[in-house]
Amino acid sequence: MANVTLRNVRKTYAGGFEAIKGIDFEVGDGQFCVLVGPSGCGKSTLLRMVAGLETITGGEIDIGGRVVNQIEPADRDIAMVFQNYALYPHMSVYNNMAYGLRNRGMAEAEIKTRVEEAARILELGAMLDRKPRQLSGGQRQRVAMGRAIVRQPKVFLFDEPLSNLDAKLRIAMRVEIRKLQRRLSTTSIYVTHDQLEAMTLADILVVMNGGQVEQIGNPLEIYQKPATTFVASFIGAPPMNLMPLRSDELKSQLTGDIRASAAGILGIRPEDFVISNERGAGGVALGLTVEAIERVGAETFVYGTRQKEEQGVAATPGELPPGEIIVRIPGAVGPAIGERIRVVAAGDKLHLFTADGRKRVG
Amino acid sequence: MVEHRPFTDFIAYAILTLGVFIVAFPVYLALIASTHDAATVVGGHMPASPGSQTLENYYRAVFVGGSRTSREPVANMLINSFVSAIGIALGKIFISILSAYAVVYFRFPFRKTAFWIIFITLMLPVEVRIYPTYKVVADLKMLDTYAGLILPLIASATGTLLFRQFFMTVPDELLEASRIDGAGPFRFFWDTLLPLSITTIAALFVIQFIYGWNQYLWPLLITTKDSMQTIVIGIKKMLVTSDELAEWQLAMATAVLAMLPPVAVVIFMQRLFVRGLVQTEK
Repeated sequence: MANVTLRNVRKTYAGGFEAIKGIDFEVGDGQFCVLVGPSGCGKSTLLRMVAGLETITGGEIDIGGRVVNQIEPADRDIAMVFQNYALYPHMSVYNNMAYGLRNRGMAEAEIKTRVEEAARILELGAMLDRKPRQLSGGQRQRVAMGRAIVRQPKVFLFDEPLSNLDAKLRIAMRVEIRKLQRRLSTTSIYVTHDQLEAMTLADILVVMNGGQVEQIGNPLEIYQKPATTFVASFIGAPPMNLMPLRSDELKSQLTGDIRASAAGILGIRPEDFVISNERGAGGVALGLTVEAIERVGAETFVYGTRQKEEQGVAATPGELPPGEIIVRIPGAVGPAIGERIRVVAAGDKLHLFTADGRKRVG
Repeated sequence: MVEHRPFTDFIAYAILTLGVFIVAFPVYLALIASTHDAATVVGGHMPASPGSQTLENYYRAVFVGGSRTSREPVANMLINSFVSAIGIALGKIFISILSAYAVVYFRFPFRKTAFWIIFITLMLPVEVRIYPTYKVVADLKMLDTYAGLILPLIASATGTLLFRQFFMTVPDELLEASRIDGAGPFRFFWDTLLPLSITTIAALFVIQFIYGWNQYLWPLLITTKDSMQTIVIGIKKMLVTSDELAEWQLAMATAVLAMLPPVAVVIFMQRLFVRGLVQTEK
């Protein structure tokens, strides 16, 4: 059980490439921290630095009150679950889990107790004698987790552990990981590029982009109050609609306060739109031509273009084509393709950002 | 190439049969010759069926030896060949797996240079460096010893290359998982890399055992004592006579005996050997 603290952590590769540009955050004892971001944002590198598999160029990483910068991975009291599981192919499931304990010179009887306990928790009891290649993907994943559990480490590190599984299994394992972590209450750091995994697993969510932290906080808080346009469009699927405030159609609808503020970009989540002609006080109304409709049963996504030719905002991930707006309405009924509709959003559902997208206004 | 017409099948079988005949007929002749007495073999009319001297010929070859030529029983030569072939095969595996491990897993200055130097030795087989190698072995007083037969032949770029290619297919995460599990470089090598390399080792062993067994020039140069000669040299010696008739029946029996160990190695290790070359295990 331990806190993990990162203080101004930096990583520069030999070629001069700066992968991590100074990161600070703290994961409290027993908390589940998720690092999320697009590929290449440095989240895996950061995790591997915590594990000790990458050297630290600057700053400090502190696990349980001890700065571990110069400590070997084996002595950091961490356990890691890899994306491709990294099970030893020639060892049985039992030996895969026991290997790390044997290397630490633990008594064989104690090893047996621990492995059997882990096997019971993970329902691997019948498979202890099998080799990894005789197991399914989900079972291998569980062995990899078992290998981490038996060590009873201070910190669990997960490097995209679910991305090799199919969609259904991924959801099941996601829930299992969460339950397991709650039960063991071991501090955990989990890396993923999947915002849904991030939202559902995290106590603390760290959104990363380009080697920097964009926002840290409780997942719902981040969803409700994204700090930058990057976070706004990365967290949430489909992404938040972002549009520049320079157009007359929008400007004329907004109150004087907002017009006077530094805001340059308006963001509205797809589910905050309602198809209606009635614009409430302080709200925003947009005229759309319906281009495409996706019905998934419980809800319907309407893709429309603004009637007045308007440029969208260049936000990076999950970016919408300029001028395109997604509206999410409950149920399976919706407008027809080609129809002209009006959508409105209430005044308290508006997200305002500075023109460069780096800061939230209000 | 998946056609199955009777005519093309016939052609294919005819060519294959011809090939087998070309390879197998001399072997068959050697086998037949080793079962007749000297007079029959030298007589010029080689019978096509086995004779009655089998046991006697093989007994003489193995335990007595050619009476005037090689002077050594074949049993002794077999032991010499066996020791040097095993020594060469195991030595090559030992050296090349370690050098490949160093080249693939360790970051040290001139790593690439070291690898290319090893690679270049492909161009320098014993035949090319024979004089300096002889000089070194002679100065180290290793003439007429097993060490002299084995050591100069065990440096192997092929083995290093083969292991290097295999190691590069082993996922990095396995090394990282080992590091987190508290295994140092030696433990990782012994507990993980070596068991995974078994098939590659088997493939290399088969190739190098046969390479070692078939050595001719090097043993010919450095062994002068009869008791140190290998079987391949022994066969040759049996046929070089000044004023005697060559004992062809014994030479043929020896040749047959010389063929057996490589055949046995291939047969017993075939499964591992094939797996090692196609590398499916991982």
